[in-house]
Amino acid sequence: MQGIEVLFMGNNMLRLLDGLWVTLRLSLISIALSLVIGVFVGALMLVKNPVVKVMCRVYIEIVRIMPQLVWLFIIFFGITKMTKINLSGETAAVIMLTIWGASEVGDLVRSAFQSIPSHQFESGLSLGLSRPQLYFYVIFPQALRGLVPDIINLSTRMIKTTALVSLIGVTEVLKVGKQIIDANRFEFPNAALWVYAEIFLMYFIICFPLSLLSRKLTKKRGE
Amino acid sequence: MNTFKKIASVFAAAAMALSLAACSSSNGSSAASDSTDDSSAASGSYRTVDQIKESGEITIGVFSDKNPFGYVDNDGTFQGYDVYFADRIAKDLGVELKLVPVEAASRVEFLETAKVDIILANFTVTDERKEKVDFALPYMKVALGVVSPDSAIITDAEQLNGKTLIVVKGTTAESYFTENYPDVKLQKYDEYNEAYSALQDGRGDAFSTDNTEVLAWAMNNPGFTVGVESLGSTDAIAPAVTKGNETLLNWINDEITALADEQFFHADYDATLASVYGDNVDKDSLVVEGGVM
Repeated sequence: MQGIEVLFMGNNMLRLLDGLWVTLRLSLISIALSLVIGVFVGALMLVKNPVVKVMCRVYIEIVRIMPQLVWLFIIFFGITKMTKINLSGETAAVIMLTIWGASEVGDLVRSAFQSIPSHQFESGLSLGLSRPQLYFYVIFPQALRGLVPDIINLSTRMIKTTALVSLIGVTEVLKVGKQIIDANRFEFPNAALWVYAEIFLMYFIICFPLSLLSRKLTKKRGE
Repeated sequence: MNTFKKIASVFAAAAMALSLAACSSSNGSSAASDSTDDSSAASGSYRTVDQIKESGEITIGVFSDKNPFGYVDNDGTFQGYDVYFADRIAKDLGVELKLVPVEAASRVEFLETAKVDIILANFTVTDERKEKVDFALPYMKVALGVVSPDSAIITDAEQLNGKTLIVVKGTTAESYFTENYPDVKLQKYDEYNEAYSALQDGRGDAFSTDNTEVLAWAMNNPGFTVGVESLGSTDAIAPAVTKGNETLLNWINDEITALADEQFFHADYDATLASVYGDNVDKDSLVVEGGVM
């Protein structure tokens, strides 16, 4: 148990929670923005126009190929170098996460719609449903059911990716942990174990309910 | 329809969480976690001393997890050798101090984009970095140190000939001994903790790496002493400013020269490093006064 007392020294517990809030805040805002923009990207990808299709493909592939850290540096430092616009670390982080998240959501939306067999459209229309009725009652519910588990999965990945933002001076929960370990590294060399255990628990408490929800929704789908 | 309702409620919950986040993100959080907002008016180009004084605040980039140079203590306050100097700079400029936590990998970029006025983050002067930032006079130096067991203490590098020296791969120590002491048998490890275990187990006669590192370790491991405190080429550690920011560079240089009269960096050592390195260390193997190495 040596080193566990570090968690309760000074403001450490409060600082970890504060860091967790930074992590949560960044990821929740980014996830919400990604959903809104991603649905739009996905809709664009379903457009028949080949130019629009290629542009969306290029966007998604570029975002996938480049590591998120590179994006973060381009947005935080690159933009300032080129345009003199000085974004705050948190804004840069949200932009990076949203660019990435929106591309992933877009691709998920596209595949969810494309996976709906064409006879669903045809049967709907032959039943005399109008276009809006067809989409609202037949297509959307089916597409969403396939989409939700994937989106939740993406959300947990986005939450974990926020750990990168300490490189641009934003102190999220993992960075607070490293600071605590380092501040006590001479007196409590074993504190690292406990601090990481606590951070693991915090990530778990956030991500596990999401995983559960995803599992539940996936199960429903198989009924 | 049941599923559809559920999904709708998930989205509603997400929307609520978002509005909650939006509300509270506006009122900011503690100093350590919310340090890169752009209130200090840095806008891509550096600020002169007059501009800094006018704004009433100086932004200095420090490490937040490099005890004892720059770290955050259990109360959430920045501490360390670099921070002690940063406090003094702000005081002598007559402005508020705003510390920004930086990482080793992004120190140069923070200066290039003028997101901080000064970097005081254990920044070693190298030719490559000099092309990108301007270094002021050094306020600290680092060289190699050799730690060995008290029972067979090594006090001179010559004593290592024919013996086994533990080093960590890729460090200055490895290249220095390979070049200058070919008769020393090197035992190489990937990580520091492996190297320290090897030394404790007696797999080698001594261990060498940066003196700042071995001094701190020896202090916390009775039975081991740093017999050689300063070896090889000495690297300077200096404050850095954005390339071309001459007024600030000159101001820092004058400041460092002036502080020599009161032996400021010796006091800094006593306040921040002494407890880590102990009393037996020769302060002058680490501290630089007046920029004179």
